[in-house]
Amino acid sequence: MSGIRLLIGTRKGAFLLTSDGTRKRWDISGLFFAGWEMYHLKGSPADPNRLYASQTSSWFGQVIQRSDDGGKTWNTPDGTPIPTSGSDGMPHGVSNKFVFDTSFETGKPLTTHQWYDGTQRPWEFKRVWHLEPSLTDPDTVYAGVEDAAIFKSTDGGKTWRELAGLRSAKGQLWQPGAGGMCLHTILLGTGYPDRIFVAISAAGTFRSDDAGQTWRPITKGLVSKYELPDPNAEVGHCVHSVTMHPSRPNVLFMQKHWDVLRSDDAGESWHEISGNLPSDFGFPIAVHAHEPNTVYVVPIKSDSEHYPPEGKLRVYRSRTGGNEWEPLTKGLPQQNCYVNILRDAMTVDSLDPCGLYFGTTGGQVYGSADGGDSWEPIVRDLPAVLSVEVQTLE
Amino acid sequence: MVRVVLPQHLRTLARVHGEVTLDVSGHVTLRTVLDALETRYPMLRGTIRDHVTHKRRVFVRYFACEQDLSHDSPDAPLPEAVANGVEPLLIVGAMAGG
Repeated sequence: MSGIRLLIGTRKGAFLLTSDGTRKRWDISGLFFAGWEMYHLKGSPADPNRLYASQTSSWFGQVIQRSDDGGKTWNTPDGTPIPTSGSDGMPHGVSNKFVFDTSFETGKPLTTHQWYDGTQRPWEFKRVWHLEPSLTDPDTVYAGVEDAAIFKSTDGGKTWRELAGLRSAKGQLWQPGAGGMCLHTILLGTGYPDRIFVAISAAGTFRSDDAGQTWRPITKGLVSKYELPDPNAEVGHCVHSVTMHPSRPNVLFMQKHWDVLRSDDAGESWHEISGNLPSDFGFPIAVHAHEPNTVYVVPIKSDSEHYPPEGKLRVYRSRTGGNEWEPLTKGLPQQNCYVNILRDAMTVDSLDPCGLYFGTTGGQVYGSADGGDSWEPIVRDLPAVLSVEVQTLE
Repeated sequence: MVRVVLPQHLRTLARVHGEVTLDVSGHVTLRTVLDALETRYPMLRGTIRDHVTHKRRVFVRYFACEQDLSHDSPDAPLPEAVANGVEPLLIVGAMAGG
């Protein structure tokens, strides 16, 4: 019988929630990595026992954790004792090391980016926001980091190399949003093995068609009239999340700082589909596993408020690919709810009917086993939830 | 033999309990002690000092023999009592909370 495993990252550690295919009873394991911020955990589509996790701390920096047994045990990929030194006298291995590429050949131009006040600052590594394992190789995984850049590991997370061409895509004009200048979305194109999409706050969305060597902005149609001096600028847009259905890799859905948008040509152009949403501000966006035209968002208020309109926690569903949205409220609090749902904190499983899950900054994880028609809290009192990913297990 | 006391989170990460003892060859300095520590426990690389510049992370401090060594040169000799194992080198996370 199939099963579900949820990977939950929180401000104070990680949890694994497991259930059988009915999704009625859940076992909760954790707390893993107590006291550390767990920005993101994700499993390999090629080997569901291979999990990657981003563990970070303002005190002690970035650590990558890996599990090869579905989360029962965890190790830093290159964390075993090293008895000998390399020829330069330094130890072998570079566990947890994310260093921006400064080589003349691939790292140029050695860009600076815009600071909040418009001045230029050099790139500085802060943390890993998102881990995206390869669709086909458990040892290959991408990392989206702050300050915004994409790294790749092909040895199971032991060593990391920046795909520095991304920063050549007008990196000098990128700027941090309130949460930092983070690369938070990485989409690997099914059917297009060399295609990668990324999204950055606040720079925009970018596409590579050569496995990450070269990149270009794909922002035509994005309008940021309150945030940018040129509302139609090629870069600088605060994209919050982008998603797609695996069967339709040219159709993208985006939740921007303001506006929900759609592209039908792999990002070449975008059009707004906010329609009748009560607020077109939000962070996550998800697509139904079996209905590629069914989209989910969680509208919240902004600026600064970042809680559901009227204190009512409502997921909105469009079955028409956008513009026409219906509120999904059954089982969700409809008064006095002032939580936020962060960009990596909503996901769908691939069972039938499709399951949806999201976590809140109030520590609740809600699940729906019927495509969003009804919801139940799976767990209520975790630390603030940063990310929710799901594995559908055979 | 040099004794090192790690903050709790780094003890968990390195999977050690109590103090760490290290063989440090040659001069005993912050640099040689941290090199030895990171060689024994590679998962600690980057958590105390930067991977590349070896600059101390901003929320980490070094103490020994009731002295704050955080701003000393990494190549300055550590106190004799640390070098001969009488006193530990304390690696401390900055105070959190209010």
